[in-house]
Amino acid sequence: MKHPMELWVYLSTSPLLWLTLTLLVWIVATTISVRLKRHPLANPVLISIVLLSCTLWMFNVPYERFFAGAQFIHFLLGPATVAIAIPLFRQWQKVRQALVPMGAALVVGSFSAVLSIIVMGKWAGLSQDVLISFLPKSATAGVAMSISASLGGNPSLTAVLVILTGIVGAVVVTPFMNAMRIKDYEARGFAVGLTSHGIGTARAFDVDETAGLFAGMAMALNAIATSVVVPLLARLML
Amino acid sequence: MIKGIALLLLFQLLGESLVFTSGIPLPGPVVGLVFLFVAMQLCKAFGLSLFAETEAAADGFLANLGLLFVPAGVGIIALSGELQSQASAILLVLVASAVLTLAITVWTFIIVRRLVGGK
Repeated sequence: MKHPMELWVYLSTSPLLWLTLTLLVWIVATTISVRLKRHPLANPVLISIVLLSCTLWMFNVPYERFFAGAQFIHFLLGPATVAIAIPLFRQWQKVRQALVPMGAALVVGSFSAVLSIIVMGKWAGLSQDVLISFLPKSATAGVAMSISASLGGNPSLTAVLVILTGIVGAVVVTPFMNAMRIKDYEARGFAVGLTSHGIGTARAFDVDETAGLFAGMAMALNAIATSVVVPLLARLML
Repeated sequence: MIKGIALLLLFQLLGESLVFTSGIPLPGPVVGLVFLFVAMQLCKAFGLSLFAETEAAADGFLANLGLLFVPAGVGIIALSGELQSQASAILLVLVASAVLTLAITVWTFIIVRRLVGGK
């Protein structure tokens, strides 16, 4: 019979424990979110990150060891992006009718997302490397990280800023849009998908299927737009 | 289920391959999305149904999209201490930019739709 401490040492260095824990924490977080009737503040991504970060901090587990297990989930960001083709195909008719407003909102929104960081970031005195890592924060994680790396930013800082932006948009969108009395769920979805990529899209799918589709469209389109806008504005303004 | 996941990965692979060989500055999965959409339209035009399992797999992914961002998000614990001095400024800029982008995007969408005579 081995000492329980040996089991901990064995398990904590294996990817299995951290992969399993991530999935279990996600199940708990979504259960909490559903119980609280999808309240904007009970965002399952936020709850999961807080619970897991506290666990790692408490047991003094380095992030690299956690990621060795969680990377299998992280990898699925790619195929999940491809999967947006399915709602796009199903609701193509609706999308076609909104091509002009979507195109306009994409261009204006994408520039606002980057320009607001340059202007406010300089005003707030952020350092140059933080600023560069900040610019692609509205694009989905994988895309933003590669843009940041290509401009000499810090991709892991970018990943965290991307996810924080995702959470902030997902938490704010419902009360903010309701306060502005906007009932157009296509416009609401598009705005949150553009601002907050997949996390905003996940929130939009929880609220309304049409909003979810338009959020997914905005996320895909803004991944493309951000790859063009960020290098352009970085060259002109930084 | 396996067939569905395999097809999603295959289209991502096609997207990544095109991006790698052509050098176009687009993310591979986004190109894969476009390829899959075109393939589904073609199948529909020819009356084929090849993508039933892909649809099921995609619905599964999209229903749990938030989960996929959790591993990178936990990376916040690995950020170095030098950033802590800028943490409050970063958060302020981040929240302001997100709210501003939401407002500008939603109003552009609504106003342009009214201008072109949509609903």
